[in-house]
Amino acid sequence: MDVVTHIGLTHYLVISAMLFAFGLFAVVTRKNAIVILMGVELMLNAANINFLAFSKYNGGMEGVMFSLFVIVLAAAEAAIALAIVINIYKTFNTVDVSSIDSMKE
Amino acid sequence: MSDLTYTIIFYLFAAITVFSAAFVVFSRNIIYSAFSLLFTFFGAAALYVFLSADFIAVTQVVVYVGGILVLLLFGVMFTNKVMGNRLMTDVQNLLPGIIILVAVAVGLIYVFVVQADWYTAGMLQGSVVERIGVETMSRYVLPFEMASILLLLALVGAAFLARFDKVHNNER
Repeated sequence: MDVVTHIGLTHYLVISAMLFAFGLFAVVTRKNAIVILMGVELMLNAANINFLAFSKYNGGMEGVMFSLFVIVLAAAEAAIALAIVINIYKTFNTVDVSSIDSMKE
Repeated sequence: MSDLTYTIIFYLFAAITVFSAAFVVFSRNIIYSAFSLLFTFFGAAALYVFLSADFIAVTQVVVYVGGILVLLLFGVMFTNKVMGNRLMTDVQNLLPGIIILVAVAVGLIYVFVVQADWYTAGMLQGSVVERIGVETMSRYVLPFEMASILLLLALVGAAFLARFDKVHNNER
């Protein structure tokens, strides 16, 4: 019973494992490029939860700093990915990743 | 705050995070997914507060909810014919996807809970804001500057990629 009521490191690790698995599932199964991006964001959030959990239960600041940089990278990645997706839509008139099969027009 | 209240609130936010994340990936409607992602980000921010990383939680709300989610919604609106048809995403590789989902989740949880032998060296306590400032300007100043250059490059690159192409449009 103590494992359930006393919140420890493993609780956060389980949550992040589930978020990561969901994100991977979205990346593998969805056809819409935007939903794939959402899956990537879920995986980044899972990594962030792990960083912060290890930082909290280690007493150091490394995880906190790295999670900050992960958020910066996620913002840059989302902006670039959206630009690419919009370009793909201009070219192919769809964002269905399974029907995009040529490198140029 | 008593221990029981702490536990209940933790489980509440954990449930919000996990279930809304599940809804993001299992819903076929893209708009529902995007709005469910809002709850996932808020739940994750609440978990960051539990991990005594208050600054990261605020940054999460500002950057993810205020920036990335709005960007994703813009992307949905730009790339679909919103009027008339419902915004559905098609599904492919469903069986391999479910196998990967179960395998990764079970494998990671098994490693984290059963196999690994974690020990805590000492807890992070109190507000983390001041320590982030000190660390950013001392030990992590090089990654900080690299992040600023990366953001500038991403800004220029995204604007270049998504700009209105006059020549291209005249050809059509």
